[in-house]
Amino acid sequence: MSVDKNSRYRSSHEWARKDGARYLVGISDHAQEALGDIVFVELPEVGKRLNQGEAFGVIESVKAASDVYMPMSGTIVAVNDAVSGDPALVNREPYAGGWLVAIEASAPAEWDGLLDAAAYEAEAGKE
Amino acid sequence: MNQTRLHDWHLAAGAKMAPFAGYDMPISYPIGSVEEHLVTRRSVGLFDIDHMGQVEVTGPGADAFVSRLVSARVLDMKDGDARYSLLLSEGGTVIDDLFVYKIPGAWWIVVNASNREEDLAWMNSLARAHEREFGQVHIVDRSEETYMIAVQGPRAIELLDLVSDTKVSELVRFTSGNAKVLGVPCLVGRTGYTGEDGVELFFPAEDAVRLWTGLLSEGEKRGIETKAIGLGARDSLRFEAGMPLHGHELSKEISPLEAGFKWACDLEKDFVGKEAVLRLAESGATRKLVGLSVSGGVPREGYEVQDEGGRKVGTVVAGMFCPSVKLYAANAFVEPAVAKSGTALRVIIRGKPAPAVVVKRPLYVPTYRR
Repeated sequence: MSVDKNSRYRSSHEWARKDGARYLVGISDHAQEALGDIVFVELPEVGKRLNQGEAFGVIESVKAASDVYMPMSGTIVAVNDAVSGDPALVNREPYAGGWLVAIEASAPAEWDGLLDAAAYEAEAGKE
Repeated sequence: MNQTRLHDWHLAAGAKMAPFAGYDMPISYPIGSVEEHLVTRRSVGLFDIDHMGQVEVTGPGADAFVSRLVSARVLDMKDGDARYSLLLSEGGTVIDDLFVYKIPGAWWIVVNASNREEDLAWMNSLARAHEREFGQVHIVDRSEETYMIAVQGPRAIELLDLVSDTKVSELVRFTSGNAKVLGVPCLVGRTGYTGEDGVELFFPAEDAVRLWTGLLSEGEKRGIETKAIGLGARDSLRFEAGMPLHGHELSKEISPLEAGFKWACDLEKDFVGKEAVLRLAESGATRKLVGLSVSGGVPREGYEVQDEGGRKVGTVVAGMFCPSVKLYAANAFVEPAVAKSGTALRVIIRGKPAPAVVVKRPLYVPTYRR
């Protein structure tokens, strides 16, 4: 399992990372590993507003469909079309090319409540 | 939970394990189900299928018994022949699907792991009920002492020829013969469940680790890519190739006529369930198994199928991403009126209708049908 030191995490295995004025969001290496081969990704419409903890999309692996949740409240400002065409990109590069959405945070203070890399690694390692 | 003799090997290889038919089985290895599928289509896949059951039938009444028991014609089979067949209930639904091998002095019947107990009980009761008519029949469950590995893929026969004492390539499709593979005495069936050429090996269970690891290392040594394949890819391989999985395309609620298996029923002979099959043939099936190509998600078992007007016309029994044909596809039972190839339908995925179209099965034409 690898963790990205610059990201923060939810216990449900999504990460968020500052990217200029916005935040990129994806799923952790631990999550992609647990899901297995990802074969379909459903992403929201740009402009959709969602609260922290609300499902913003669905990741389908060979075996099952899983919701993915907003690590922070905000508005979807971009979706990663590359993963729609090549879902396995999420398996290969969960923290880089396999990001899912970019959000404009409506409550940036929520960042402080997320797990840092060390805390997430410790928690996910127990699973 | 049962374990196969390769359980430790699977764990050491980093397999994801899950219960299947009472066994803790490898679902995928670290290369992932999609890559495992593709390896089998381009080179060689090895499958631990020890969970499958093997039943040996002998005795003076064996021929008459097997002919009544299974739906396919078997009395024309010669030693070495292997044939797909169905085990039907009196009501004409499918208790199990199986492979019948005729070997010298015996019938060798390969059954699904999850149905083994039920199959055996059914076989024993049928044999007892008709003992006078058939003559004596001995039904012996050989599953414990018999191991089963499938070696499948376009280079499988090449690999086996290199490591066997007889030419496996000389066995024609749907026949079996004896060979020592890496020194292990095997019954070799040129059969399989992937749509590729290959064999299924039956051999003494104590040789499982030796044969498995030997085939993997021989493959590597000889430059023939050979990988262990889990049940995830086994399912996508069989699905693409149009082969049924009992509990999905076939079950005790499904008639062979609905699932497109009339060809596996020999209506010129007497077999259990024949009357019910004939009755349904007369009245006409009210649903039909079709393939669907779906866009906008992965169709899965239990999803509703609707027509373009939003009326329910059927249900998905299996669905997945198909790695070779690169389609999201489903098998579904639908009303006969919408079963024609090209018909536009919808599959309801998480509450939303996803466009679907009826497609010809199989999506991937098995090598032996080309």
